[in-house]
Amino acid sequence: MKSNLSERPDYYKSLKRNIFISVVIVSLIPLLIFGGIIRYVFQTSYIERVKAHLTTMVKKHAQNVDTFLIEREANIVSLAEAFGYEQLSDNEFLRRQLERFQTAYGAVITDLGVINADGEQVSYAGPFELADADYSDSEWFEHAVESDVYTSNVFMGLRRLPHFIVAVRRFENGNVWLLRATIDFRAFNELVQNIHLGKTGFAFIINRNGELQTHSPPQTEIDISHNMVIFDNDIPAAFVDDEPFFESRIDQEGREIIYVARLLKKGNWALIFRQDQLDAYSDLYHARRIALMTLAIGGFAIVLMAYGVSRLTAIKIAEADQAKEIMNRQVVQSGHLASIGMLAAGIAHEINNPIAIMVEEAGWIEDLLDDETFQDGENLNEFMRSLGQIRKQGVRCRDITHKLLSFARRSDQRIQLFDLNELIREVADLVSQHARYNNISIEMNLSNGLPPVKASQTELEQVLFNLLNNAIDAIDRKGGKIEIQTWDTDHMVYFSIKDTGSGISGGDLERIFDPFFSTKPVGKGTGLGLSICYGIVKKMDGDIVVESAAGKGSRFEIRLPASDEDEESPRTGAAGNQQT
Amino acid sequence: MSIANLLLVDDETGFLDAMSRRLTKRNFTVKTADSGMAALDILRDEGDQIEVVILDVKMPGMDGIETLTEIKRKFPLMEVIMLTGHATVASAIDGMKQGAFDYLMKPCEMDVLLSKVAEAANKKRGHEQKIVDARIKEITSRMA
Repeated sequence: MKSNLSERPDYYKSLKRNIFISVVIVSLIPLLIFGGIIRYVFQTSYIERVKAHLTTMVKKHAQNVDTFLIEREANIVSLAEAFGYEQLSDNEFLRRQLERFQTAYGAVITDLGVINADGEQVSYAGPFELADADYSDSEWFEHAVESDVYTSNVFMGLRRLPHFIVAVRRFENGNVWLLRATIDFRAFNELVQNIHLGKTGFAFIINRNGELQTHSPPQTEIDISHNMVIFDNDIPAAFVDDEPFFESRIDQEGREIIYVARLLKKGNWALIFRQDQLDAYSDLYHARRIALMTLAIGGFAIVLMAYGVSRLTAIKIAEADQAKEIMNRQVVQSGHLASIGMLAAGIAHEINNPIAIMVEEAGWIEDLLDDETFQDGENLNEFMRSLGQIRKQGVRCRDITHKLLSFARRSDQRIQLFDLNELIREVADLVSQHARYNNISIEMNLSNGLPPVKASQTELEQVLFNLLNNAIDAIDRKGGKIEIQTWDTDHMVYFSIKDTGSGISGGDLERIFDPFFSTKPVGKGTGLGLSICYGIVKKMDGDIVVESAAGKGSRFEIRLPASDEDEESPRTGAAGNQQT
Repeated sequence: MSIANLLLVDDETGFLDAMSRRLTKRNFTVKTADSGMAALDILRDEGDQIEVVILDVKMPGMDGIETLTEIKRKFPLMEVIMLTGHATVASAIDGMKQGAFDYLMKPCEMDVLLSKVAEAANKKRGHEQKIVDARIKEITSRMA
């Protein structure tokens, strides 16, 4: 019994753990799979969308820049073709043409100049004092004389300001001359500075050497090696596709940066848009954070619930198991009682006949002794006394067998009407020997005219046995007194059993009706007696209460509903009457 | 002249012996049978000489109640006292409902048994006397 009980906590712990794990797995795994799929699909489509948006934007702006450059070239070409070297060499004429441009397109073209084959500026119109400048050593001049139309990189030049030049080469009378226009750097910058997304997304233009062709973006050190991405790749392919190049790279600080680039100016320049990936996908990351938080909270709730459910289930199962255990033992106990009862009945009945014969034979001897022949016998009185004793002991045997039989007869659980006083007398009689052995006197104070009780007599007998045996055990050899009392108030029948024993201490008092609680030494008590009593009394719609203090003895009071039925007096009553 | 004519029925021959000796000594005429069938045989052969049957309830074969029913059917005026162990009190009560005169617990006090037997015999004689009286009345009224 004990080992069985001590094994249980482990069993329920593992049961609890298994339920917990199953619940967590069953609830979390679909959640995680679902979340993962949603995240994957959402992320993929979101990234695609961002990519499409960025590439379209970059493509559009690159086209704008290209268009801007082509238009400026066209302006200069048409000017050179329309007027020729003679007219354009005149400063005043050139100034008028510049004014015309500026009226038509705004301050996009800062100045104009005509340069001869030797690199000398023949005429000039513009805000700077560059009338006689010599460009023969300039890099742009070397390139410009080799092609019909040339657009330079941005450079500082003579005026010490960043600018770039669009130049047209013309042949006239065997001589080469150039018409040059300076493009306003601010106006050009505006074309790309408008491209600004989020906190870190901006665009700029670089040339093949990685030199910036526009203002350096705000708050950012441009890392040239990274900005060269577009030139690392197969330029013709990127150019032919006309589609911007899209890539993300990790910079020195470990941040992932998105680059979107497209070639400009016949592949000499590139418009590059860069943005921190965190910034570009900020909505995605935000959504992901919310999802993760939801997942975390949901997961926590699931774990909490799983813990609660598993704990409750384990407790319920433990309770059910315990109830089952109690019931099993009760069944075993009543089975025991029944078989003991049957055995006792058989023995009692078999013994009854021999006893009857013995008593009759003794009676026969008595009869014979009455004859005159024996009247003078010396030991006549001794014979008579001895025979009287035989008859008396025979009657005693008969009483014992009758008690056994009456006990056995009732080892069933049928509900019947009976007299509680009668039952108490019988049970008290059965334990009286045991009580006498322990120097205990049983005092009965039974109320007359007690209404009958309708219950299972066997079960109530069990309650009485348990309570009386407990009382005897509590008194323990020292000797003492057990008082049994019965009384009734409206439709309730009460009985109390009071002993002068050791009593029950306060802590134990709360637990005495708990199954398997016993203060008796191991092996002596099952801890079931009182819990069975409690179960039986409760089943009969009664109640059992205890008053006790350590050293002061105990008093159990049991309340049972009285029967309202007016049946004729129960069988045991009739038999009992006949017996006496 | 015996006080009453008895038939003692019990499957325990030891009990039958002791009882019949003790009752005979007390001036009863006692016949014995060790089973219900034997009892019915004796009653059939010499039923008019027997006044009271003392019948054990628990017997192998035909038990006390069956025997009682049979006796009451064939000899309505016969008085029967049931003898029983405690376990068969219920059947003894059944027996009384079937018309037994009384029942006694085994082993029983001789005095109690004697008084019961005397009562039963008196009752039977009373009945028979009434019947005789009724017949006489009938005959006399017919003659008159």
